[in-house]
Amino acid sequence: MSSSPEARVEAPPEARPQPRSLTDLFVSFTLLALQGFGGVLAVVQRELVEKKRWMTREEFVEEWAVAQIMPGPNVVNLSLMIGGRYFGLPGAMAALAGMLAVPLLVVLSLALVYAHFAGNPHVAGALRGMGAVAAGLIAATGLKLVTALKNHPLGKTMCAVFALATFAAIALLRWPLLYVLLGLGGLACVMTFRKMGRRGQ
Amino acid sequence: MSISLSAGDWLSLFLHYMVLSLLSVGGAITTASDMHRYLVDSQGWLSESQFSASIAIAQAAPGPNVLFVALMGWNVGLNAGGMPLALLGMTIAMLGIMIPSTTLTYLASRWGHENRELRGVRAFKQGMAPIVIALLIATGWILATGAAYTWSDWPIWSIAIVTAALVWRTRIHLLWLLGAGALIGWMGWI
Repeated sequence: MSSSPEARVEAPPEARPQPRSLTDLFVSFTLLALQGFGGVLAVVQRELVEKKRWMTREEFVEEWAVAQIMPGPNVVNLSLMIGGRYFGLPGAMAALAGMLAVPLLVVLSLALVYAHFAGNPHVAGALRGMGAVAAGLIAATGLKLVTALKNHPLGKTMCAVFALATFAAIALLRWPLLYVLLGLGGLACVMTFRKMGRRGQ
Repeated sequence: MSISLSAGDWLSLFLHYMVLSLLSVGGAITTASDMHRYLVDSQGWLSESQFSASIAIAQAAPGPNVLFVALMGWNVGLNAGGMPLALLGMTIAMLGIMIPSTTLTYLASRWGHENRELRGVRAFKQGMAPIVIALLIATGWILATGAAYTWSDWPIWSIAIVTAALVWRTRIHLLWLLGAGALIGWMGWI
């Protein structure tokens, strides 16, 4: 039975790597958060999708869509959802605590020493340099996830049209995020919904 | 600065953050302008420089940017008198900004997962995919360009573009890149 082609193509879900325990979740998310200067998302994508393989790129984009549309910090929402997926409410709490507890202590310590270095031009320069790198990290995360659109119901051309329109609205025209999510996002969802129906899925 | 807050003031701080939590689609930072209006302009609980330092420090530190809210609560408490109140302010602000949005997200993602076979749920998740991917690239763009496009910013642009190319095409560890960026900035080359 296991030699049938179908069984080989579709591995059972248990075969996927998973967090082993609540402690594993807490420690994993703490380490993720502590590596995330200027935004944690780039690290989350690299660690959870590429290294730990807890989720595929497609799953990551789908969860990210939900995390993005809900109120609250996106990356905190994402950790909450991933933790909850594996261990229910305790998992969500463990991931959330991992994301916030230790980084909170770090931020507080930084705030306490900040007064001494606020005027130092080297420190200000270093912050600017890290900011520029962080900008590149986030853009690269988006570029990598483009491959998740390969089998999209709308097809490559329509996906590109939506992506370019979103980029122009946010980056060039600086429209409010909410309108773009409701307008372009809503239209994309309706079109996907209709495409899915036509393909009889 | 020195201020005094009654129990009612702490409660209204908590409630204000709970409301902002529900409005913070796209992250807590999108409500920062309203926090400024409330804390600095209307209540006078926070100075202008404390407000902007709270955001700058949280951006520079590792971890989610929402921690700037913790620093604001901390500073309000410090202004009201010392460390214990600072801890109280931090706790109130963080619980206020986190509880409504996390509860809503948890319930919504549970519902979405239980109904993941529904055509509507699948259409939503897949339909949003090109949008959210483009949003990431746009966010990188905005962070690199800041409020205005100026030619003197070309070193920042170059660093951002080189970083993006390296992360996209290689498996180099992200902390090396951040370290290099910090070094270049420290030396005053940007």
